[in-house]
Amino acid sequence: MSKIKYFVQQSWLLIVSSFCFGLLLAIANAAWSPRIEQNRINKLNDLAGRLIPGADFVPLEERGIVIEVTSLKGNKKKVDVYKAVTGEKCLGWSFNAVGPGFQDKIELIIAVDKDFKTIAGFDILASNESPGTGDKIKEKDFRKQFEGKTAAKLELIKSGKAKDNKILAISGATISSEFVVEIINHYIKEVREEMEKKGLLGNDSE
Amino acid sequence: MTQNSESTAGIYKETLLAGLWRENPVFRLLLGMCPTLAVTAAVKPALTMGLSVIFVLVCSNIVVSLMRNLLKPHLRILMFTLTIATFVTIADLFLRAFQPVMSERLGPYVPLIIVNCIIICRAEACASKNNLVISVIDAVGMGVGFTLTLCVLSGIRELLSTGMIFEAKVMPDWFVPWAAMSMPVGAFITLGLLLGLVNKLTKGKS
Repeated sequence: MSKIKYFVQQSWLLIVSSFCFGLLLAIANAAWSPRIEQNRINKLNDLAGRLIPGADFVPLEERGIVIEVTSLKGNKKKVDVYKAVTGEKCLGWSFNAVGPGFQDKIELIIAVDKDFKTIAGFDILASNESPGTGDKIKEKDFRKQFEGKTAAKLELIKSGKAKDNKILAISGATISSEFVVEIINHYIKEVREEMEKKGLLGNDSE
Repeated sequence: MTQNSESTAGIYKETLLAGLWRENPVFRLLLGMCPTLAVTAAVKPALTMGLSVIFVLVCSNIVVSLMRNLLKPHLRILMFTLTIATFVTIADLFLRAFQPVMSERLGPYVPLIIVNCIIICRAEACASKNNLVISVIDAVGMGVGFTLTLCVLSGIRELLSTGMIFEAKVMPDWFVPWAAMSMPVGAFITLGLLLGLVNKLTKGKS
């Protein structure tokens, strides 16, 4: 009995303040989490909206469809797939992808046409590549190359012209360019296969 | 009586100025090096970091000062960490809700304020031994001192790496941006040179 008394004597302040601080955090979280979630959605919509202009983005998850693919590391990963629509017409799809970068992971948003055959474009959600070299993957000159390319195997080249399925690497940042191409190739293939399995591609009325 | 109140005012002033120069956390105590090196590539993130630290420092000093007579010596570090972690989480949630761009840019460095030595040092060295007023003044002094240091460091780095200050162009057209200054190496060199300069200025005084 005296042990319990001793325990309470020593730690009552810790226990009481843990409860108080926990309550404080719960209030802050309850007050701000809708806004945080809204910020995330706004950013996704903003980026995706630039890739497929004039479309509304409807998350597949809203209809209870969950797309899970194998990530570059080999484990299962959930992908948020959005259907880009105007009215009833499907304009394409956008989804997020993540993979290793030169310094930190690179998170992308990728947009494709409605049959997953042509790349509409991509943008960077988050990256931490070297300033001055690797972070040029964010720049329009690099990203523009991907637009309209066949969503099959893209190939990275170090010099020459970026035609057909070739992407010209950023000079001084070949590794960062390689990672971006790798992520895009991998995720388009994986997501397409998964969508075909679920019968989501090819029927416009869906 | 007059002399007494004068000396109290003197202590307040002394406490406030200590953090700004004589005991400046970065230049004199060499505390909080992680954010000092990591987020000073530009002034805006450095200022956001500084303001977050001021908020956490003031709140934790208030709480610690209020509970200083209840603290059990062997549990005090635990109580400090608990208090600091609570306010850091609140600051992090706030930034994610209202400053999403800045929050993304600062990344893990906002949660890492929890292990920033300045805050636990002030809780241990000042707030757990002094009354509320002194603790708050000390927190403000130290926080502002830290913020100003970060701003000086980031000002130099942003100017040399981009030719801009606060994202406004200030350098003439012939200026060639020095990308290395925005990388970790730039942080180490700038901090080293500034520390040398401060040591030179204070030589013989201490």
